[in-house]
Amino acid sequence: MRYAMAIDTKKCVGCGDCVVACQIENNVPTGYCRDWVTESVVGTYPQLELELRSERCNHCENAPCVRCCPTGASHIVEGGVVLVTPEMCIGCGACIESCPYDARYSHPDGHVDKCTFCIHRVREGKQPACVSVCPTKCMYFGDLDDPNSEITQLLEKRKWKVLAPEAGTKPHVYYLI
Amino acid sequence: MASRRDFIKISSLGFGGMALGLTACDLFKQTGAALKGGASVFSRVPTYCEVCFWKCAAWAYQNKEGTLVKLEGIENDPHCHGRLCPRGTGGLGMYEDSDRLMTPLIRVTENGQQTYRPASWEEAFDLIERKWKETINTYGPESMALFKHGSSGDHFGTLFKALGSPYSTSPSYAQCRGPREVGFYTTFGSYINSPEPTDIRDTRCLVLIGSHIGENMHNGQVQEMADAIDKGADIITVDPRFSTAASKSTHWLPIKPATDLALLLAWIHVIIEEGWYDKEYVERHTVGFEQLKRHVRNMTPEWAYGITTIKPEQIRETARVMANASPAVIVHPGRHVVWYGDDTQRTRAIAILNALLGSWGRRGGFYFPESKSLPSMEHPPYPKPRWSWDMVMGDKYPLAGSSVSNALVDASIPGMVDEQYRIRSWMVSGTNLPETMPDKQQFLKAVEALDFIVVVDTMPMEITGYADVVLPECTYLERYDSLRSSPGREPSVALRAPAAEPKGDSKPASWMAKELGKRMGLDDFFPYEDYSEVLDWQLKQLGTSLEAMKKVGVKNYERENPYLYMPEGVDWPFNTPSGKIELYSSTLKQYGFDPMPNYVEHPQAPEGFYRLIYGRAPAHTFSRTSNNPYLSDLMKENALWVNPKVAKLWGLEKGQKIWLKNQDDVVSSFPIKVRVTERIRWDSVYMVHGFGHQRKELTRAYGRGASDTEMITNVMVDPIMGGTGMRGNFVTFILEDPKEIG
Amino acid sequence: MNEELFISGREVPHIDPYLNIWHWPIGLYLFLGGLAAGILFFSSLYTILGREKELPTAVKWATFVVPVALVLGLLALFVDLKHQLYFWRLYTTIRLESPMSWGAWTLMAITPLSFIWAAGYLREAFPSWDWKFEILKKFENWVQNNRLPLAWIMVVLAVILGIYTGILLSAFNARPLWNTSLLGPLFLVSGLSTGAATIMWMSKNELEQSLFRRLDLLLIVIELFFIVHLFMGFLAGSEVKIEAAKLFLGGQFTVSFWVFVVLIGLVLPAILEILEMRGKKIPVSIPALCILFGGLMFRLIMIEAGQITRYLY
Repeated sequence: MRYAMAIDTKKCVGCGDCVVACQIENNVPTGYCRDWVTESVVGTYPQLELELRSERCNHCENAPCVRCCPTGASHIVEGGVVLVTPEMCIGCGACIESCPYDARYSHPDGHVDKCTFCIHRVREGKQPACVSVCPTKCMYFGDLDDPNSEITQLLEKRKWKVLAPEAGTKPHVYYLI
Repeated sequence: MASRRDFIKISSLGFGGMALGLTACDLFKQTGAALKGGASVFSRVPTYCEVCFWKCAAWAYQNKEGTLVKLEGIENDPHCHGRLCPRGTGGLGMYEDSDRLMTPLIRVTENGQQTYRPASWEEAFDLIERKWKETINTYGPESMALFKHGSSGDHFGTLFKALGSPYSTSPSYAQCRGPREVGFYTTFGSYINSPEPTDIRDTRCLVLIGSHIGENMHNGQVQEMADAIDKGADIITVDPRFSTAASKSTHWLPIKPATDLALLLAWIHVIIEEGWYDKEYVERHTVGFEQLKRHVRNMTPEWAYGITTIKPEQIRETARVMANASPAVIVHPGRHVVWYGDDTQRTRAIAILNALLGSWGRRGGFYFPESKSLPSMEHPPYPKPRWSWDMVMGDKYPLAGSSVSNALVDASIPGMVDEQYRIRSWMVSGTNLPETMPDKQQFLKAVEALDFIVVVDTMPMEITGYADVVLPECTYLERYDSLRSSPGREPSVALRAPAAEPKGDSKPASWMAKELGKRMGLDDFFPYEDYSEVLDWQLKQLGTSLEAMKKVGVKNYERENPYLYMPEGVDWPFNTPSGKIELYSSTLKQYGFDPMPNYVEHPQAPEGFYRLIYGRAPAHTFSRTSNNPYLSDLMKENALWVNPKVAKLWGLEKGQKIWLKNQDDVVSSFPIKVRVTERIRWDSVYMVHGFGHQRKELTRAYGRGASDTEMITNVMVDPIMGGTGMRGNFVTFILEDPKEIG
Repeated sequence: MNEELFISGREVPHIDPYLNIWHWPIGLYLFLGGLAAGILFFSSLYTILGREKELPTAVKWATFVVPVALVLGLLALFVDLKHQLYFWRLYTTIRLESPMSWGAWTLMAITPLSFIWAAGYLREAFPSWDWKFEILKKFENWVQNNRLPLAWIMVVLAVILGIYTGILLSAFNARPLWNTSLLGPLFLVSGLSTGAATIMWMSKNELEQSLFRRLDLLLIVIELFFIVHLFMGFLAGSEVKIEAAKLFLGGQFTVSFWVFVVLIGLVLPAILEILEMRGKKIPVSIPALCILFGGLMFRLIMIEAGQITRYLY
């Protein structure tokens, strides 16, 4: 089982519902976020291209944060989901330094925090909060090892990219382009 | 006395009941936060969203302790299909906001300074009763006006009708979508209304004229646009700005601002001249085709190119795309369409284009919506006002389908109307007039002249600073309200039930209206103790009950009229004078307006000035959400979009704070950060509407960004229906703090 | 013009707009760690080479600095932890892939060792010192008799510690400025150089001073060589590496790096030492202080600048 997310940049309007839903679902403190939206504009008026991306922890297969964690607080669970155990985290910040996506942050309580792919929901058979609210349905979550899953099929059919592939992290968040 | 009605900053109180109210609220918020988190859901109550007018139905979830923890869309709701937008999801913040109004306030003068004192409901109602009775006895109920927006307006609407006031108005007409209603009504004999009956999910071509779906987060439409993208529909966007919608489009026409009508006429010309129109449809359903053909004969793409800067081949190409998709094509009527004062004519051209493409009443075009009509409990007939707004306004705006809020502002100013018709007293509910109405000077003059202003709101918005009495309303999550019955592909009814106790001393509008009604001797119009009784009665008439609705939230009904689309080969009856689609409008002709749209040149920006274009951000609904803790976290302030060429000319850098000055020398109260971006044309600047709040008690919103409304002093009024065209304002930049320059 | 921006209002403290999770304590920690590693390296090396008689400062007296440096360093590290009550979690597991874990365990071993080592020479320095308890006296005896095996353990640990201070940063693939294989050796050499400078400064022995002066000069030359190569590598690298190099070549760290680290910390002491060798009288404290200052600045700047560099996507 390999959980992954695919986000259709052709449909995303950058509304930020994923961000609000995550904050409420996971009780993320005000001023912090586990997911966010990036806009990138390329070109010169009127030859322009715009890409909107809902970004978060990429739950990398080759996760530098897990490797550099000195206590094992950052670890990988079923489906390749990268989690942090607050009671094991010493707040050294190494994992934050190691993440090419700046996806982790130092929670006001001291430990490091980040996207969990809403594993608590996934274990109940639900979609992550961000995916479940997205008005454009531009986000897909599923198992890459299941050839029949919507996400596997989309990644076969559509062109996609991952962020900073040169960092060698093998991310599990895909962007359909 | 310098000013009869000083703008009072509630923060200057800082003690007494107000302060206590806030402290209690803060404490509440903290404990609330500790128990929060969507993972802890336990029970749920249905509601429909009040953060914008789309009114998506939602479940309000509570945890074991009964604290409200999250909102989620209701699966079978045709407005949201189980998915709220960021504002709906963050609607929780409306409830949690620690800056909420928590107690009634009465304006008093202490030591020569005007201020508010916290009051009991008893005291507040006593004062209102006395003032209203005075006004009514002296000038009649026709001198009272209600400005409203949203659900609470319904209850006060009843109150004002019962009082005998003819004025109940929403800025959503003349400051927003009025022109398109008239433009389509004169063409098809049918209004657009809300939600728009656009069949976007099945369309093959969607044409957006300055409409930025996606940035305006009209949930159902955004969802359907995403569906259309999935299905590979063509999207043509006409906008001087590279909007989100433009970026999703197959064709983006970066038009010179204020020239859209020329493009529309050129499209009509091409479609007629090339014979690409739906011949059978036009023949069977329309009148005036020959006149139209003659009318647009010279309005060639080459003619339009000189005006719009859109290349002729691009105009032909996009016309071709539309024709190929016909009849599954939508030339979208837009929503906020009060731009240049000829907006009815522009939306008429849009309607005509739709008619030629045969999209009205066709799959993938416009469907025929149906709504459930709600039974109303028996009450005495409303008294008939001795005069009404159309009499006050004389022969102005003959086709206005609703009272025009700016005209009511005018009618409150001495000298602007016959003194006997002058409005003396306002009630304002759920609309932040100073941020909504263009031309603030007029607003201030009216406020100065009025005898009495009552403001009902959940938040200390700017308008509350002008009130004599402020009534704190509880949020939509803490009250029952009227049933939502809106037009759609299938009729549906949604319930709003309270998911939490009202915070502090805030109360629902239904209760306020009833209590005020009682004091004004109008008990019979409010036949309930609690509004839930009305809902239960209505729902029982509709074959269900309050209890049953609380379990489902939304009930969808079978259509009674089978025609979602027009049946083929039948002469469909249109509600126009001719009974046909009027390409040539006899109504407009009759009132002395152009029966077919003509392009009129609008002024362009003077040297060193840029056209101010404003719009929406998906995170916010106008100015009302900018203090919401979740949504302000998502977007704290607006920025001024400036083309890199312009930025270079002025030496502006990303993030630099500048002030704006418009053509009438009005300077912005607050600075705004520059965003240097290719997404805006060099002759225009763009900013999101709803920021630059003046009230310190909006702790998250105060002084964040700048207000576009402040810069809108040139208002081009649509002579047909009174719409206030706001896109004819030009701004220049001030790089140093104007207060320091002096 | 290309633009990249957050549109969901992301302003996470210490992350946006630039990463700033590690502050000066980490730089200080790395500096003190490198210094300690340098001193212990020379101390154990010359013990093994049997030169404690000729080089008393290197082998004996300078090591008194080390426990203090390590404790201060650990304190600095602790100060920058955000979840301090859970500090002990470092010692419930060994994570071979985590430099931080390596460091924690190395320090766990080398700190007590440095105390023991220095304690062995305590009575030599302060003849009036009395250990009071018999067991401590016995232990001292044991230490004095086993200096050679202890030196062997220490030399290995010192090298690990020295490399660790460099590896800690260079292991972060995500920060292009740090992610270069030259950074480890550079930090190691710089650590040795600060260690040598301390020994040189403390030494009263002309032979020892001149040995460490020459050693220092050699280390400075190696450092300069590494620095040149570092920038050549960056400039020949990907866009993110070039961006990283630009911070020092016209960017915001240009002055602080080239003046404090290179000029004051390397070139100036090198010149002073050459002058000294040519017979000019220069107070030994000046080049030593310059080297120590340069070493500290180098780490502070690398911590600060490295966090600004990131992947572009």
